[in-house]
Amino acid sequence: MIQINNLSFGYRKKNLLFQNLNLSLSRGHIYGLLGKNGAGKSTLLKNMIGLAYPTAGTCTIDGADASKRWPQVLQNLYFLPEEIYVPALTTTQYVSRTACFYPRFSEQEFYQFLAEFEVPREAVLDKLSFGQQKKMMIAFGLATNTDLLVMDEPTNGLDIPSKVQFRKIIASALTEERCVIISTHQVRDLESLIDTLVVVHNREIVVNQELDQISEKLLFTTVPSAQDHQVLYAEESLRGVNVILPNPEGVYSKVDMELFFNAIISGNPVILQLLNSNHLQNAI
Amino acid sequence: MEFKNNEAIYLQIAAYVSDHILLGKWPPDDKIPSVRELAVELQVNPNTVMRTYEYLQNQEVIYNKRGIGFFVAPDAVKKVKKHRRERFLQQDLPEFFRNIFLLEIPLEELQERYEHFKTENFTSK
Repeated sequence: MIQINNLSFGYRKKNLLFQNLNLSLSRGHIYGLLGKNGAGKSTLLKNMIGLAYPTAGTCTIDGADASKRWPQVLQNLYFLPEEIYVPALTTTQYVSRTACFYPRFSEQEFYQFLAEFEVPREAVLDKLSFGQQKKMMIAFGLATNTDLLVMDEPTNGLDIPSKVQFRKIIASALTEERCVIISTHQVRDLESLIDTLVVVHNREIVVNQELDQISEKLLFTTVPSAQDHQVLYAEESLRGVNVILPNPEGVYSKVDMELFFNAIISGNPVILQLLNSNHLQNAI
Repeated sequence: MEFKNNEAIYLQIAAYVSDHILLGKWPPDDKIPSVRELAVELQVNPNTVMRTYEYLQNQEVIYNKRGIGFFVAPDAVKKVKKHRRERFLQQDLPEFFRNIFLLEIPLEELQERYEHFKTENFTSK
């Protein structure tokens, strides 16, 4: 659905945030976009949906150039930025003014999501707390029923019960037609929902792989000490040392996304070599 | 649902579904929750539940009526027990044998404890 070819982008010409970046994302998946602060996650999302223009290269959505912002493309995508702006309107007024841009918007779903999030229907949006505003925008975004749903740090500001509701709503939202992209630092909020990890690091996409494939290649476990020469990455913890090992026998272990991310940005080239050992197959 | 770290989530969900079948909560030929319903309930990716259902379908524990949904197979209980039995004999029993061997626990003592366990836990109240 999304195809990024040789993207270079920088807010200043001399200081490129991405260089020759390539990425391809398909329908039917929930992608988790990870990257350090300042790595360019939000900027990548903006390039993807036409809010920022590539310095070189292209970003397309179903073959259409995102930066052209064709109405047919925009009505089939919803972007939830990290910092949201809400006008001084009630939810009903907001819906009557905004929903018309999304042909498949479902009012019934919207009010159902709002009820699940416990956001009052008749509240004036800019008087709501940040968390309530965010939930209202999430409910709106999901009710647009666009095929492309891009969310930048959606769980920031949500309280604990709302995170559970958020997971349930996302689980119900994924269809074979839909492509959901979520950038996050709170990987635990979205565990068992994200099926594919995308990691942006050092101006490139260093990982774009399904969690199932990652767990086939790498073993995540806890050992008493990290003296084994096979250890690819290790972090001390109370229970021992959390390690990542090669996984030649394909033993299952749950991918510890935080450990994995730290391992990737630590720059051990062996991990990436193992992950990309059948790169062509994964690129499809 | 809390998931363990050492078994694929789709298999843990398969065990969850099988438990419901063994306990009679989902009787034979009854419709089970749709992929979406179960994914929402467990807060997991629907693709994972789809994989669970495909796996259980291969094991003939559930069957698919096109366009309607998934149903419990007539002999699902038998099938689940058979798979669990195989798994127990292959995976859990060797570990158990190893322990009783290392700890030198005689079979007579096990027999005694087993009888006691049965009366404690499984006699009708």
